[in-house]
Amino acid sequence: MTRERIPFITELPLIIWLVIVWGALWQDFSPGNLIFGGLIAYAVANLLYLPPVELSGRFNVLYAVPFVGRFIYKLVVASFEVFWLSLTRGPRLVNAVVAVQLRSQSDLLVTTTGHALSLIPGSLVIEVDRSTSTLYLHCLNIETPGDAAKIRSDVRATEAWLIRIMGTRDDLALLQTEDRFAQENDNREGGVSK
Amino acid sequence: MNDTVIDVLTAICLLGGALMSVAAGVGLLRFPDLLARMHAATKPQVLGLLLFLLAIGLQMRSWVLVPVLMVCWIFMLLTVPVSAHMVGRAGYRTKHMRRDLLSMDELDEVVEKAANKRAPDRNPTERPDET
Amino acid sequence: MTVAVIVVGLLLGLASLCALYRIARGPSILDRVLAIDVLLATIGGALAVDMAVNRHLDNVVLLVAISVIGFIGSVTVARFVTDRK
Repeated sequence: MTRERIPFITELPLIIWLVIVWGALWQDFSPGNLIFGGLIAYAVANLLYLPPVELSGRFNVLYAVPFVGRFIYKLVVASFEVFWLSLTRGPRLVNAVVAVQLRSQSDLLVTTTGHALSLIPGSLVIEVDRSTSTLYLHCLNIETPGDAAKIRSDVRATEAWLIRIMGTRDDLALLQTEDRFAQENDNREGGVSK
Repeated sequence: MNDTVIDVLTAICLLGGALMSVAAGVGLLRFPDLLARMHAATKPQVLGLLLFLLAIGLQMRSWVLVPVLMVCWIFMLLTVPVSAHMVGRAGYRTKHMRRDLLSMDELDEVVEKAANKRAPDRNPTERPDET
Repeated sequence: MTVAVIVVGLLLGLASLCALYRIARGPSILDRVLAIDVLLATIGGALAVDMAVNRHLDNVVLLVAISVIGFIGSVTVARFVTDRK
């Protein structure tokens, strides 16, 4: 296995995260402790080598905060929904495996979308096709194709949020054209929402 | 006065967290197949842990504590979907699920197609997306 | 507060009993791994309740360790189950 030099700037987010974990576990954010943590983080990142995560270089805090709010809201709703289903439907539950094609090709975005989905509503990623960036989700309580369509649009909405937060510029441009088309369609149909 | 309010909030958080644990337990008992049980096992846990950590934070009331509780929860957020995905994928591939309970299965169609296309090959069970 | 703690204890006990039943019965090893995961989370919850009620922080690191152990355990088993074919 060849080992490339990673530029320090791509390593930086990882090291900052490791230092935060170090400080949090010691419950001590004094400068001495942080510097020592930084040294350990640097040593760990270089001795125990892993391929670097390719970030897109964008991070939009304005969208990130409402996303966290939406995430926690959905988490609460989904948890109670699962509880309710387990109490009322129990063994007579009907599920489905739904394929959802995502817009983005970036590894980071497919991973975060899958992560958020596995945590949010009654959905669970069971297979990923990287070449077409398609997620195969197992969803609870899907009986009609209409339910599946709802899940699909929900997934793509989650992805749109994540693209707005940290997607690449290309993905963002794609999203904006899509929005424009949707808007034009809405106008043509006299304001009828899709 | 203030202490009573915080105690009540703590009690609510603790009860909510315990309720989520019960949700996971009942889900494990009552759902019909592995993948459905997986939903019950993964999701309520995350919310339950959040509520428990909130209760700890409310009782201790010190800002030094917030990062460690956050790290604890973020670890949970990072690990739960990965293990759920691994177990779910293993369950799907080894057919530990009841197909009669699925109303639609779009992955199965893709797998069939891939298997037919690669039929002359040596190993039809191997999926193209294996990494 | 005391009443709430007792109720919480009962609920957690109920949850761990459900998980234990699934560990004993579970038709496949994956079911058992899943149930063990739930059991670990319930134990973690009990540790957290202890910390909140008695106002100490001795178990925080244990809590992190438990979630990591549950993760490693289920990933390992899932890996071996997939490879065995």
